[in-house]
Amino acid sequence: MEFNILGIGVLTWLVFLPVLGMLLVLLIPGNNKNAIRWTALGITALQLVLAVIVTCLFDRSAAGVNDPQSFQFIEQFRWIAVESVPWIGKIEILYFLGIDGLSILMVLLTAIISVIGVISSWNIEKMVKGYFVLYLLLVTGMMGVFVALDFFLFFIFWEVMLLPMYFLIGIWGGPRREYAAIKFFIYTFFGGVLMLLVMLGLYFSVAYTNEAGEMVHTFNLLHMMNSANFVEGSIFYGLDTTWRYIAWVALFVSFAIKVPLFPFHTWLPDAHVEAPTPISVILAGVLLKLGTYGMLRILYPILPDGTVYFMYLMAFLGMISIIYGALCAMAQDDFKKLIAYSSISHMGIVMLGMASLTNQGTVGAVLQMFNHGTITAMLFLTVGVLYDRTHKRGLYDFGGIANQMPKYTGIAMVALFASLGLPGLSGFVSEFFSFLGAFDAFRWITIISVIGIVLTAAYVLWTIQRVFLGEGKEEHNSLADLTGRELVMFVPLLLIVIFLGVYPGPAIELMNTSISTLVEFVGLAGK
Amino acid sequence: MESVNELLTISPIVIIGFAGLFVMMLDAFTGNARWSFYASLFFCLAALAGAVQNVLGPTGTSFYSLVYYGGTASFGAVLVLTGTLFSLCLSKDYLEQTGNHIAEVYSLVLFAAFGMLLLVQANHMIVLFLGIESMSIALYALAGLLRDQKKSVEAALKYFLLGAFSTGFLLYGIALLYGSTGSLALPEIAEASDKGVMYWAGVGLLFTGFFFKVSAVPFHMWTPDVYQGSPTTVTAFMATASKSAAFVAFILVLSRALPDTSQQWQEVLWIFAVFTMVIGNLLALVQENIKRMLAYSSIAHAGYIMVGLAATSGAAYSAVLYYLFAYTLMNVGAFGVVAYYECHKNCDFTEIKNYAGLGFKKPIMGILMSVFLFSMVGIPPFAGFIGKYRVFAAAIDEGLISLVIIGVLASAISVYYYLSVLVYLYMKEDETGMVMKRPSTLYSLALIILALLTIYFGVHPGLLTDFLGSFYSVTW
Repeated sequence: MEFNILGIGVLTWLVFLPVLGMLLVLLIPGNNKNAIRWTALGITALQLVLAVIVTCLFDRSAAGVNDPQSFQFIEQFRWIAVESVPWIGKIEILYFLGIDGLSILMVLLTAIISVIGVISSWNIEKMVKGYFVLYLLLVTGMMGVFVALDFFLFFIFWEVMLLPMYFLIGIWGGPRREYAAIKFFIYTFFGGVLMLLVMLGLYFSVAYTNEAGEMVHTFNLLHMMNSANFVEGSIFYGLDTTWRYIAWVALFVSFAIKVPLFPFHTWLPDAHVEAPTPISVILAGVLLKLGTYGMLRILYPILPDGTVYFMYLMAFLGMISIIYGALCAMAQDDFKKLIAYSSISHMGIVMLGMASLTNQGTVGAVLQMFNHGTITAMLFLTVGVLYDRTHKRGLYDFGGIANQMPKYTGIAMVALFASLGLPGLSGFVSEFFSFLGAFDAFRWITIISVIGIVLTAAYVLWTIQRVFLGEGKEEHNSLADLTGRELVMFVPLLLIVIFLGVYPGPAIELMNTSISTLVEFVGLAGK
Repeated sequence: MESVNELLTISPIVIIGFAGLFVMMLDAFTGNARWSFYASLFFCLAALAGAVQNVLGPTGTSFYSLVYYGGTASFGAVLVLTGTLFSLCLSKDYLEQTGNHIAEVYSLVLFAAFGMLLLVQANHMIVLFLGIESMSIALYALAGLLRDQKKSVEAALKYFLLGAFSTGFLLYGIALLYGSTGSLALPEIAEASDKGVMYWAGVGLLFTGFFFKVSAVPFHMWTPDVYQGSPTTVTAFMATASKSAAFVAFILVLSRALPDTSQQWQEVLWIFAVFTMVIGNLLALVQENIKRMLAYSSIAHAGYIMVGLAATSGAAYSAVLYYLFAYTLMNVGAFGVVAYYECHKNCDFTEIKNYAGLGFKKPIMGILMSVFLFSMVGIPPFAGFIGKYRVFAAAIDEGLISLVIIGVLASAISVYYYLSVLVYLYMKEDETGMVMKRPSTLYSLALIILALLTIYFGVHPGLLTDFLGSFYSVTW
């Protein structure tokens, strides 16, 4: 499958369109704030259109994962005329993009959340130009990670995201922003460093024979997945060796920090609480998925033996995250912090589903990644709406909002109930699949994890009770209900949540082939 | 014709040596430091052109095998002259604003650069020693330039005393090497068969001398004081040019005089690299003065470079050269931004806490500082990342896995102190309400070029890495 615009592949457009937007924004004078906002919106909307086109053209029967032939929209030699042109000296680093069933939903999610993020950034008044330049750079980084098929390229996009995120939290954030920004940066950078080490080790272990018959070391992820390409005697050669386990743990930690999985989660509540609303939306909506996506894309197929060996550890950490996140969420009296902890809990479900190495579990996990992205984005927007109007976030600061802002309450309810896992809304389907798959693989861990659902119900209902029901506070009587702009950012997410709750088929079809290939591949290679 | 060609092989040395004398005389006759400034810029550019020409040409020895030219040596000259040129560009404004604009600065800088050029092209231990000495003596004087300030006098004295000591070690090492091998020429030392106690004592003392010059732990004590006490643009010159020169000379000595005993001294470098990276980074964490912080960070960078030296392969040496280039760009840049802030006298802008909110007042300066600092952290797409990546990759290829793990973790620590500068620049509110001056065109142009080069060599490093790799493609 190929799709070019002006001779340049569609994935390159998807990734670098925001950079184009960045340059446009730089050209607009800083005091013309509306022009900057509209440019950013136009660019991200265009990106969304492309993402939708790609989704429509996407061939659901092609598996991808470890087979270069069945990846779609591949771009490997479009920029430079020869295949495998070395980018840095004699080291083969490819500009290699492509998508399969694992990434297609994430690409779509990134595009959707980016547009919503721009709309919710409309009321940012502080240094609008700088804000959108960084924002668009962030979008490029996120999109790049999801389409890169070369480890080095993946790593570059991964690290490039850090820069704008650091400034977006640190400059536009709340009172303790510098603490939160630096904590975020150090945690993620530490993860990146571990990834770099494993990447180097893999590079020197993997070599393939090119057309000229020479052995070439490569960062190509697909070559790394083929165990025949590991050079005999190299550090990661063989199966179930100590070095491979060490590499697995290091790579796992670097991704787990991003997820974030207990015990690497402590940066998340700080970052969320201090970040401005749109950045929280991006953070929860897309950034957290990078961790679990990275595991599926890199950790699972490249080190399948470690994955099988450590699957109980993954499930166990998932379980702890589910329970611990839910308990922490219950203890919060800050609305935003509550949602941050609920994110940890929900990402734990993703982890549990993935760890099961079953078809249902993994499909559930990827779907949960998408659903969590949309639902949590809505929840953060919900908090943002209240915060914009009252500059308060405490759960006890409100009450009876249902009477004061009926439209808003309706939408917030849907989001909260979706987060709780109410059947008929999207969260239910994916959580159900995840638990179903996990139950096959680890019975007791799953049984304990399901308690998390009860805890989730408890804190969600309690939140509804405290914020939306009961006596209204006098000073909130004059609160305006949702404006048109706010409706524009809520309604698409709302429709997705309801649609996927009633009819998740299309989303599952997109990834089914890829995931069964992946699960089969990991199962075969690892056992 | 023969002799002209020989002269061309040392054209940078000749030009800079002449320039030093010329600039000194110029001041005596015109009495205006500005002329000295322009003259030294001109000669620097001319010397850089000569060095670039030599890099592109073949390698070989000249002047009865006293100097080595082409390849690594001439790239060393390019490094030294790049550092010199850019720090000179920044010097005039800074020295004028802080009231220290005297012409001797330029001639001293040029004399120091002369020494460095001699050092990187040395093919003979005596030339090497001459280079180190003429570099050091000029640097001692430069460190004490602000002679009415206690810090500067302390810096000069400390540098001089410790430097004299280290030179003693170096000279003694050379003498012992001569005693055991019977020669002072680098290739002949390599050929000597007797590797007894005297040889190893000589190598040890030689290493001590080099460790001092590159400020490896535990010979780093002078670095923070000297960097803090010297005028900032001079610090930029010391931190980049003299360090590049010392490292390039170190590479040449290791690869041309001591290649067959690499198994043994590799372990020494391993240990010193670990100490230098870890201690440099840890001490940088607690600094409140930005010049001291950058001093410790330069110690840490020396540690990463030593990882490359410990790997002892051609790929590692070419990676080190790349690293030195990136290091020169980002360090002169960072010191340059600090020097710009220091031009405002109402506040002590070497203290990091006084940087609150400055990033918004002069956005360009803030962005430049961010680029340089992020490059030092080693984040793509900046040159610092590629440098670090290549050094570590080469070391892993040679099996120094635990060393690379330590290095990478140490560099993760460094994030904190680099970012804390950005925290002050961007995330604290400014309370003084002071107005920032406009930097001169030359000043901002120099910084912008440095930043653009930092980005360019981060995004498209292929050309330079291939070129540097070609120095080592043939066996030497």
